[in-house]
Amino acid sequence: MIDKLADSVAVALEGVRDGATVMIGGFGGAGQPGELIDGLIAQGARDLTIVNNNAGNGETGLAALLATGRVRKIICSFPRQVDSQVFDGLYRAGKIELELVPQGNLAERIRAAGAGIGGFFTPTGYGTDLARGKETREIDGRMYVLESPIHADVALIKAEAGDRWGNLVYRKTARNFGPIMAMAAKLTVASVHEVAALGELDPENIVTPGIFVQRIVKVPRTATGPAGFKQAA
Amino acid sequence: MKKLTRDQMAARVARDIPEGAYVNLGIGLPTMVANHLPREREVFLHSENGLLGMGPAPATGEEDYDLINAGKQPVTLLPGGAFFHHADSFAMMRGGHLDICVLGAFQVSATGDLANWHTGGADAIPAVGGAMDLAIGAKKTLVMMEHLTKSGESKIVERCSYPLTGIACVSRIYTDLAVIDVTPQGLRVVETIEGLAFDELQRLTGVPLLGKEN
Repeated sequence: MIDKLADSVAVALEGVRDGATVMIGGFGGAGQPGELIDGLIAQGARDLTIVNNNAGNGETGLAALLATGRVRKIICSFPRQVDSQVFDGLYRAGKIELELVPQGNLAERIRAAGAGIGGFFTPTGYGTDLARGKETREIDGRMYVLESPIHADVALIKAEAGDRWGNLVYRKTARNFGPIMAMAAKLTVASVHEVAALGELDPENIVTPGIFVQRIVKVPRTATGPAGFKQAA
Repeated sequence: MKKLTRDQMAARVARDIPEGAYVNLGIGLPTMVANHLPREREVFLHSENGLLGMGPAPATGEEDYDLINAGKQPVTLLPGGAFFHHADSFAMMRGGHLDICVLGAFQVSATGDLANWHTGGADAIPAVGGAMDLAIGAKKTLVMMEHLTKSGESKIVERCSYPLTGIACVSRIYTDLAVIDVTPQGLRVVETIEGLAFDELQRLTGVPLLGKEN
């Protein structure tokens, strides 16, 4: 019987190696798999390349992982936020490498990896510093930049519910990068708040089919907190 | 002459957003445009983190931080709204499906180049987010900004000195002094605020402007 449900976060993260490229879902706090990140910190893999939209908020989650000094490089679109002090300090001290990617190119590069696309021409960023040194081409009178896929060894994502075949559904805007990161990694681990019996998730509504998911692990439901913006006093 | 307040600027932009438009309002000043869209006008607000049909901020105590906008602030979803993943969300921009985006800016050039993501300062940590995708993706990119910097320099310039976000992507500029179209002939003034003559606007602006008639 196929059962992708791991007994614990530690079991779900077995085999993450030093030097791995790890995609971490989430946009700010929404969709950020806090329990899996804490598990990765406990697991101890180092020299990591992290792919995320941001570069951590506050002192927990991705920010806590960065603070361990085990992240060599981060590929993201929006590192600087009001509460990105951990990243800011590492960056200014020259202790972390940053590859800044326009958000849509980041999403499409992840999707391309998952879809087996070897590269693609995008109009985004043409003529800007973020396209410097990249191949360009005119197609039907418009200028495009060649971008390459981003493959990952591991994707850590947060879903709302899953079943033992790895099918996933998400919650509201916490979906963000989950479905495409799941496609782009060799090992995708999803945290879920509910484990559904097989057949219980409506097949018309499954967002990520289980073929893209290797392991799921149940974590307690905690309310997502605010992150990444200045709150009114 | 009395410069428009930020709210008045937002109201002016809102006047140009028609019923049925798919619209993305950038982080910061452009977000205020939503407050000035009349309730009876159906406009689809897109947020690049993955929703269409974005509604206003929730009541205090009703915040759900799994339902946020591109500025990571809590929002609501209107009946008929939808969630989707990031690749679909940016396909809506890059694929030319979005009608309008409204962005803030550091500078706009005479040919509609936009600079709004990075000051280029040595100590500045760059962050781009969806700005480059929005600038070139929407059918119309509108810029909303103060006409002058705090030190009184024109933010409308011959060539941007800040790093570019997109080339020739801006179609209309809304400032606290005027509304200006970017046209193949140059920058054409659509309107100025009450009490501001064209000549005075020209004096304050770093590049040649065309009047309505010429």
